Amino acid sequence: MPAPESARSRLLETEGLPIMGVLLALVIVFMIAAPDVFLGYRIYMSFLATVPPLLVLAAALTLVIAAGEIDLSFPSVIALSGWVLAYFTHVLGSPWLGLLLALASGALVGWLNGILVARIGVPSIIATLATQFLWGGLTTVFSQGLSYALGEVDQYFLWHLLVGRVGAFPVQALWAFAVAASLYLVLNRHRFGEHLLFIGDNARVAEVVGVNVQRERTRAFVLMGVMAAFASVLLTFENRSFFNTQGGGYLLEVMAAVFIGGTSVFGGKASLVGTVAGSFIIGMVEAGLVATGLQGFWVRAVVGVVFLAAVIGHILIEEPERRSVFVRALRDRYDFVRKSSPGGGSTERRGAR
Amino acid sequence: MTEAAPNESAAVSFRHVVRLEKVEMTFGKVQALSNVDFAVGRNEIVGLLGDNGAGKSTLIKIVSGVLRPTAGEIWVRDRLLNLDRYSVRKAHDLRIETVHQGQSLGEKQPLWRNLFVGRQITGRFGFIDVKKEKEIADQLLRRAIGFRGHGINSDSTVRDLSGGERQGIAIARAMYFEADLIVLDEPTTALAVSEVRKVLAFVEGVKAGGRACIYIEHNLAHVYEVADRLVILDRGTVVGQFAKGEITLADLTARMIALHEGRKHAGT
Repeated sequence: MPAPESARSRLLETEGLPIMGVLLALVIVFMIAAPDVFLGYRIYMSFLATVPPLLVLAAALTLVIAAGEIDLSFPSVIALSGWVLAYFTHVLGSPWLGLLLALASGALVGWLNGILVARIGVPSIIATLATQFLWGGLTTVFSQGLSYALGEVDQYFLWHLLVGRVGAFPVQALWAFAVAASLYLVLNRHRFGEHLLFIGDNARVAEVVGVNVQRERTRAFVLMGVMAAFASVLLTFENRSFFNTQGGGYLLEVMAAVFIGGTSVFGGKASLVGTVAGSFIIGMVEAGLVATGLQGFWVRAVVGVVFLAAVIGHILIEEPERRSVFVRALRDRYDFVRKSSPGGGSTERRGAR
Repeated sequence: MTEAAPNESAAVSFRHVVRLEKVEMTFGKVQALSNVDFAVGRNEIVGLLGDNGAGKSTLIKIVSGVLRPTAGEIWVRDRLLNLDRYSVRKAHDLRIETVHQGQSLGEKQPLWRNLFVGRQITGRFGFIDVKKEKEIADQLLRRAIGFRGHGINSDSTVRDLSGGERQGIAIARAMYFEADLIVLDEPTTALAVSEVRKVLAFVEGVKAGGRACIYIEHNLAHVYEVADRLVILDRGTVVGQFAKGEITLADLTARMIALHEGRKHAGT
């Protein structure tokens, strides 16, 4: 009996598997409810065009949260870097310089966050809340509250390289997957990622085992800033316009994508596979609900339900102690659970060890 | 206060693995250490004693590179350290390993990560050679610690381990990296009796292996059993040093109790 049990728990521990299942189930539900839309390829191409900025942001934020920190300032980087890209591409006549300066502006914001959090010791939730106001406000000042239309931006090769189409396939999806895959490797296979996990787990332990906590924390924020800038470039190019309020809607969606994906809010444990699935769940629910004929009003409520289900699911799967408490509570309440699953008793006792 | 002379053969190239001179440490207004001279000879086991708050942990954090002293000198193998550049990493390079009290391991991380964090086996661009780290970790778990048939392997997380097993991992890590000086900060706290014996056996193994050890411990009988020399700290200063032959366990106990009592009165 131990063998199938351990095989089962090994399967459950495969990174991101449960949440991938949720994503798949969601797609199937939509296919049944709105076959006209969800059995064609167009809707998926549309997702692959709109989800990338969200995915890039969520992937980077996953590393920040793994380190036990949070960054609330990235919506303002979306605005600031978008403005930098649009303005300097126009003024300098080179989208490459625009891109470079946009990424640099993101790095600068991230570095400042890093200084505030790692050196001065301001809690990241407060520091980045403040810098969100600062950079969002400055973007409005720089752009004088105007939006820019970038109608002719597709004359540039860079535009095609970043957000063009190969057939119907949006190129930005490749960039977003590349970012997610790279960050997966950084988190799980690189020294830097391991340091972030230890810092998130217990910063004092990280310090005594020789991790340069200040430096690695700062790097995490710089990475977040650069990635937010990159997401902004994808968004601004895809939309062919810059709004000084762009990015405002991303804060909660990105955090939801990360947490739905199973990354621990307490740090020290993170799943990039989960974040990818979480990003698509968040990105799909709205279009899916509208296509199934439900009113758009339902979107947030449904996201809330999926979110709660995912978070509770993660706790039950990944924390055996809590799972057994939960199962025991269920059993006390509904005695039939025991009768219907004779093997259940010993299984759960193992889990509780 | 006698400057203890550890047994050394004439051939060794250094006298002390580590020596602190006139070390001061202040945290804001709190003077944690004042004018501390402290040395560990080659192949010497030094028991560091003192009440809570006497400065033991501060002292060993200075030795292991976690804290930089406010003033004073640190000598490693009779060479003066540049304190601006001293760090945990540097201490590791100098083969000084520390098992910190209760918090040397990342609880949610697998054992293989815990064994190598801070000095990962990396290939190009800083990517970790996970396969190799796991291989070595599994060997260590089997041989050095004897986790056989517990269902514990390099992928187990620290959370799955008992207190003694955790201490075993931290100590095995120090052993694996072949430290010349191993610092143990209360390694037997919260351990079962049989596990305490394992830790004491390990300290004796350190001695037999020609290495040195700073051993912090509340249980006087345990320290007395393994230490060559005992150093007593009180309120941030060294108040006594004895070679084991110079004092009996009973006298040592009486002295520690007297210190404790004196402290209580001073505090009220």
